[in-house]
Amino acid sequence: MTANAAGVAARAAEVRSGRLAWGSMAAEALEAQGAWEQGAAPLNAFIALGPHADRQRRPRDGPLAGIPVAVKDNLVTGGFPTTCGSRILEGFRSPYEATAVRRLRRAGAVIVGKTNMDEFAMGSSTENSAFGPTRNPWHRERVPGGSSGGSAAAVAAGIVPVALGSDTGGSVRQPASFCGVVGIKPTYGRVSRYGLVAFASSLDQVGALGRTVRDAATLLEVVSGHDPRDATSVNRPVPPLAAACERGVRGLVVGVPREYFPSGLDPVVGRLAERALRALEGAGAELRDVSLPHTRYAIPAYYIIAPAEASSNLARYDGVRFGRRCRDADSTERLYELSRSEGFGTEVKRRILLGTYALSAGYYDAYYGRAQEARAAVARDFERTFRDGVDVLFTPTSPTPAFRLGERIHDPYRMYLSDVFTVTANLAGVPALSVPIGLAEGLPVGGQLMAAHWREDTLLTAAAALEAELGTVGSPPVPSGAGTA
Amino acid sequence: MKDSPLEAVIGLEVHVQLDTGRKLFCADSTAFGAPPNTAVCPVCLGLPGALPVLDAGAVDLALRAALALECTIHPISVFARKNYFYPDLPKGYQISQFERPLATRGAVELDNGRRVRIRRVHMEEDAGKSLHDRFASATAVDLNRTGTPLIEIVSEPDLRSPGEARSCLQHLKRLMEYLGISDCNMEEGNLRVDANVSLRKRGSERLEASTEVKNLNSFSAVEKALGVEIKRQTRIRAEGGAVTRQTLLWDAAGGNVRVMRDKEDSQDYRYFPDPDLPPLVLSAARVASLRAGLGELPRAKHERFRRQYGLPAYDADVLTSSRPLADYYEAVVACGRQPKTVSNWVMGPVLKTVKRGIADLSSPGLAPGRLAELLVLVDEGTLSATAAKTVLAGMARTGDPPGVIVRREGLMQVREDQVLARWVTDVVTAHPEEVARYRDGETRLLGFLMGQVMRASGRKADPRRVNQLLRAALDADAG
Repeated sequence: MTANAAGVAARAAEVRSGRLAWGSMAAEALEAQGAWEQGAAPLNAFIALGPHADRQRRPRDGPLAGIPVAVKDNLVTGGFPTTCGSRILEGFRSPYEATAVRRLRRAGAVIVGKTNMDEFAMGSSTENSAFGPTRNPWHRERVPGGSSGGSAAAVAAGIVPVALGSDTGGSVRQPASFCGVVGIKPTYGRVSRYGLVAFASSLDQVGALGRTVRDAATLLEVVSGHDPRDATSVNRPVPPLAAACERGVRGLVVGVPREYFPSGLDPVVGRLAERALRALEGAGAELRDVSLPHTRYAIPAYYIIAPAEASSNLARYDGVRFGRRCRDADSTERLYELSRSEGFGTEVKRRILLGTYALSAGYYDAYYGRAQEARAAVARDFERTFRDGVDVLFTPTSPTPAFRLGERIHDPYRMYLSDVFTVTANLAGVPALSVPIGLAEGLPVGGQLMAAHWREDTLLTAAAALEAELGTVGSPPVPSGAGTA
Repeated sequence: MKDSPLEAVIGLEVHVQLDTGRKLFCADSTAFGAPPNTAVCPVCLGLPGALPVLDAGAVDLALRAALALECTIHPISVFARKNYFYPDLPKGYQISQFERPLATRGAVELDNGRRVRIRRVHMEEDAGKSLHDRFASATAVDLNRTGTPLIEIVSEPDLRSPGEARSCLQHLKRLMEYLGISDCNMEEGNLRVDANVSLRKRGSERLEASTEVKNLNSFSAVEKALGVEIKRQTRIRAEGGAVTRQTLLWDAAGGNVRVMRDKEDSQDYRYFPDPDLPPLVLSAARVASLRAGLGELPRAKHERFRRQYGLPAYDADVLTSSRPLADYYEAVVACGRQPKTVSNWVMGPVLKTVKRGIADLSSPGLAPGRLAELLVLVDEGTLSATAAKTVLAGMARTGDPPGVIVRREGLMQVREDQVLARWVTDVVTAHPEEVARYRDGETRLLGFLMGQVMRASGRKADPRRVNQLLRAALDADAG
């Protein structure tokens, strides 16, 4: 049992009381990371590591005192480069730090590294990274999911107990599901986006990953709260989230939306979801069949809105002020053209083109306008369901367990469908979480919980109950040669 | 144009920099003339992850402008992104308002009584500056201006001559200055004008293809450029040609316009609501309080000043150019001084002192009561006008009351006949030739002799009494 395997709250308490040295867990994390890089199939969860963690001059107490935390590489972080998994941000070091990262440090955490991701968070497998794919620690020929695949893999591998990710259409929950960890996307506006490199601003939200529900809750509680630097961050109190894990689900109404259990669902995933529902029922929750009829519009709406916003958000990577700059350009137009052609990967280019098209004069109403209508309809589905007395919705997180590396990378449409159950929460802005509900042939499967705006506490209550009833999925086998056994 | 069967149809787009001192979406300073790229931060540099937060102060100024232009204020307006690539546009888009602007449907009244409709007033951020002449074969970019708060005022094409366009701009400028919305300094780019112009048959309601004239950096440039462009369009039509939609640049040196780009290949800006900024929601109470705070607008004040104080139009113009100045003037008059006298003093010596930066209207030395005291001394004859100007300068510099300065510097007017008579006698004795010529009927020499007496007195003599004594002396000894 490593120090990292116990709950972060307990470990932080040991650091605060002086029983555990402040930098010791970070040192162990770096050692474990090294072990996972051995052999023919390195994990490749990190883009950058902070080997001098103990030099950080930060508060050494707080709720995360001494806890090693990994940060997705789209949150600008002092002392580290920020690449977003893209060549276009090669060598970029931000002169300022993201609010969420600042809050981590203020809580005493040690930032041990920046995690791998699909370029600009566009992808569901972490294969779209300029720094090579991350592998799934449960099965090295499988993807860890994405786009926060590096963060999910680092937590699943036991390198760090908690990590920050970001979730635009499922990018925290789907990799959490594939890697057998807990991942939560809070309500839109709960965590500041200041310093989160934008993909699709109206959908992006910083999320927390942890080995347990409680760890994820502890991390989320630290980074939540109003930030005057983000006009979309909302000024309302953060309820005690770690404490919500204790409440129990007796009397809780769990909605089961039929649209999330289609006939094409992987049968193992279906069986595990069924088992999870029985477990909730056994713990005293009331199950209720519900319908969210506009769910089928979610993927098409998402793949208009997200690329549209991305096409504008990514315009700033033009080679003029920072990041990659083509040296051979002989005019401003060529500078843009060459820097962007060389700097962006295929999927990013695809989405910029899609988004530019969707916003073009003459097409705006037919695409962007209608997508916004669909988005509003999806949001109304949720509002109605929660108004009618449903406390939390339960669905599978993804239709399948982790797929093979290379399996979908050349089939964007199939890749997009791995987010079919997760994009709705982003479109509606509601909080959602993925919690492990079992193993399918050695691969973790996650169950998704969704609640009304600002009810992260309800999500955590239900997730903690599932975790208690089903037990954790355990850890993947630690690679040989690792000194942390 | 007067007798032509064609009439000009002119609309204006005016960008006005809001005098908040800070940028629209971050707290950087907008002071003019800072070294390049020093008034910048992650937000206005468009660094990855940085987010805009709207400055409420800029919204208040924009609202004042819209209210003064009699616009309908929209309780919800939306910031949108205008997407285009340009080196001085760091984010690759400008945050502006498009489909849902702050305010619409206002009006301004020209001096000739015609009303010009205002189509819209919206808020936006400025771009940076590309400097093409700083380095050989390279363009330099200065991002200090990036994010500067602007309003764009768009008029309907209701103007019918270059003169009307100029008058409309003067009116707008006056309003913005008076309300403290902008200093409207055109040299620093705080007020920028583009004009749309087309021609049509007099009496027709149809809108013809128009051209847009840019680079108009003074009001006279607007008037001249529009005149030139109207002539150009008239010629094209006379030759049977058609005017095409174009953007033109005014070349002040050459006195002509040249084509900048054809509008036909106009850019698609792919506007969409900025997801980083929630819609701007204005409460009725906020709008009402700003409306109440506007007070009397310059036009009404101008009319009242002419009526109530009997001032000439010029005086009323100057005195109502800003609210602090108008208030100052009225405060001095309220101390019981004659309105036209006060006007002369305020427009002359007082404003001169302010322009030289010696004091401003709120300095204690220039307090309305102090100026009134000074004018009492002049009215009583204690001080000559010349001496009073010296005293005023002293008041501004030291903050002392006029009485103290008069005593300290010995500037009291000399009115004792004994003293005055001696100066008069001395001058008459010293200038026998001029005295003789005066007595022979060359009466204009009185002025010369007056001047000699005043000089002898060190300018302290009471000129009215000197005049009387001098005439008496000259006439008495005649014969």
